[in-house]
Amino acid sequence: MALHQVKIFSGFERFWHWSQMLLILILLITGFGLHGFHSLVSFETAVTWHTGAALALLLLWAFSIFWLFTTRTWRHFIPTITGMWGVLRYYSYGIFKGERHPYRKAYWRKHNPLQALAYLMLKIVLFPAIWISGLAYLFYFAWRNIPNAPAWLEGVALVHTAAAFAILTFVFVHVYMLTTGHSFREHVMPMITGFDEVDLTPEEEAYLRKDEPEQIR
Amino acid sequence: MRGHHRLSPLRIIGRYALACLLAGPFSAVVQLANADAGSWPTPPATSAPPPQISGPLQGGTADHTKFDELKGPFETGSQVTQACLSCHTETGQHFMKNIHWTWSYQDPNTGQQLGKRYLINNFCTNSRGNEGMCAQCHAGYGWKDESFDFTDETKIDCLVCHETTGTYYKTPNSEGSPACSVMFEGKPPIDLAAAAQSVDLPQRANCGACHFNGGGGDNVKHGDLSTALKQPPRSLDVHMGVDGLNFACTACHVTNKHVWAGSRYQIVSKDTEGTGLPGQRTDVATCESCHGLAPHPVDSLAGFKLNDHVQSIACQTCHIPEFARGGVATVIDWDWRTAGRTRDGEGYHEEGYIQGNGGHRYTYKSIKGDFVYDENIIPEYDWFDGQMVYTTIDTTFDPNAESIEINGFSGSREDERSRIWPFKRMHTWQPYDKGNGTLVYTHLWGEDDAAYWGNYDMGAAIEKGMADFGLNYSGEYGFIETLSWWPITHMVTPKEQALACGDCHTPKDSRLAEVKGVYLPGRDRNRWLDIIGTLIVAGTLGGILIHAGIRFFSPKGSHH
Repeated sequence: MALHQVKIFSGFERFWHWSQMLLILILLITGFGLHGFHSLVSFETAVTWHTGAALALLLLWAFSIFWLFTTRTWRHFIPTITGMWGVLRYYSYGIFKGERHPYRKAYWRKHNPLQALAYLMLKIVLFPAIWISGLAYLFYFAWRNIPNAPAWLEGVALVHTAAAFAILTFVFVHVYMLTTGHSFREHVMPMITGFDEVDLTPEEEAYLRKDEPEQIR
Repeated sequence: MRGHHRLSPLRIIGRYALACLLAGPFSAVVQLANADAGSWPTPPATSAPPPQISGPLQGGTADHTKFDELKGPFETGSQVTQACLSCHTETGQHFMKNIHWTWSYQDPNTGQQLGKRYLINNFCTNSRGNEGMCAQCHAGYGWKDESFDFTDETKIDCLVCHETTGTYYKTPNSEGSPACSVMFEGKPPIDLAAAAQSVDLPQRANCGACHFNGGGGDNVKHGDLSTALKQPPRSLDVHMGVDGLNFACTACHVTNKHVWAGSRYQIVSKDTEGTGLPGQRTDVATCESCHGLAPHPVDSLAGFKLNDHVQSIACQTCHIPEFARGGVATVIDWDWRTAGRTRDGEGYHEEGYIQGNGGHRYTYKSIKGDFVYDENIIPEYDWFDGQMVYTTIDTTFDPNAESIEINGFSGSREDERSRIWPFKRMHTWQPYDKGNGTLVYTHLWGEDDAAYWGNYDMGAAIEKGMADFGLNYSGEYGFIETLSWWPITHMVTPKEQALACGDCHTPKDSRLAEVKGVYLPGRDRNRWLDIIGTLIVAGTLGGILIHAGIRFFSPKGSHH
């Protein structure tokens, strides 16, 4: 096993990440504006941008889900508790002692266990909660005549707002995490260049060197 | 089959999907294209006012100045009517069916006997027994008491609606108290032949002669119908504006055999049929009958959302942001308790309000009491299904009730026919029968000693007003607070001045702050969720700061 600079984020993955970041930023700003927390933009503009960004994000997600399942990369997000304790101990204790992050990226495990679990929860809990409630919200006028529609709408709004608060919390923690371990820059660069330090088995290295030399530096 | 149907949920979703594909790339192009065409569909201003538009038919086929029948001379208005009917042979029979003639309407849903002839309002209260004065606005000649013959077509007044010289006027059908009749003396004689030869389709001033002056003065009653609409700028009313479409009233209040569309007694709160096919829909005066069921241009996501709102929001709610505009005030509060004060035994009045156009308005009249005026009024809003339930002379109520609704209305979010409508709220202290708990007919106009106008004895006026119609009166009157609700539908602004989304969807000062039964995004929130969510986000930020602080101050941890 040895550390190598390996391309772990493909072009699509990087495009996905950064466009998703931009869209979520727009959605958070306009969404909390619609909720009445600020009035930086008019309600009409906020609705237009919020809806537009949401529909674009849904389209992006459709592509990314297809990509995850056709490239087998979904396996990076299978939850595991192996190594979880080490990561938790590091963030709550070791980090203050100047210890080294215990996790090494593997070719088929580019996220540490805590990261993988967090992203999985984001993908299967928070994101579905926000887009399902969001579509229900958007198409309210298509179901306004069902019994108790206003009460349902209130429930939909509740779920949507709660998910928004949770996603905002995620964003703060996510960005803060970039400052831990390596430098902020070192954390961000892989999502720009695609390359990061990965612990490769000799077989993986041999395979990459021979068959996919552009994936390894 | 009508041309349009209610949109199914699937179609709405389909339209959204289409919008997503089209709106983004094309909206900019469409907006650029529109910039040149002015603000379609609002027409651009033109220098010379076109003739008032009454409908699709223009020009006419006859010149009434050439008819021998109209050469005159005429002694009475009725003689003019007979001349009219000699050619328009069926019009009399048509006309005598309409509400301008009958002043009577039976609500098909409640069975209530309505119509000006019977109702009590909270302005001058009742026309019943006061026809000598009030029936000046009856489209006929000579209705002063119960003896009026409603089957005599020669008593129809054609001129009040059709003459265009502007010199025609009407006076009370009976003399009334000398104190009052003096007001109507010294008017110039009417040249009936000239009036007869001037006939045309009704102009705004024709309808306005009565409808702009309901309740006893300019805009007193409706709030959205004033003399400002005789020659309004487009900014006051986008349809009637002389520098815009210049619509006459009958452009929307379409007429079929002298029966008009658009009734205050039977209101279409939500039109689900839209424009219909060519030649159809001459039965309503709804916005949708011209603008359709998806009236907003679909060049943006907002356009789609606005078209969705048609299900819940009456057009008037956004497109008439304020009423009593154009410089003419409306009365919002009337207090009959103070009526009857005299100076040296004579009635008097006081001017206490200067309205937008500079005109002075009476704030006190001995014959009526105190008035409060207002202008540029933000309406009240509520769910409305089109059904008014009136407190009539036959209605009994708790005499100790805090207030009585002259015309309560129904409607709710749950009811599919209801939409949120704008209303003028009229508040009045008016006389009632304290013993029996009923409203009263007050005898205001007459030559006798009981007529309130001239004698100022409320007890005697009620006594006679009730007795004349065989109504039970306890003999003890009081004053009760009454409310009446006037759906606002005129003074439609150009779309640039319509309400914006944020006027309702806002936590503070929402236009719809009082409207219940719906979760309104932006206005409504779950307080606990907001508190908990804010605490979690703030807590996370605090945790991050603490975590970062510990890292920063731990000698070995500062860079890891």
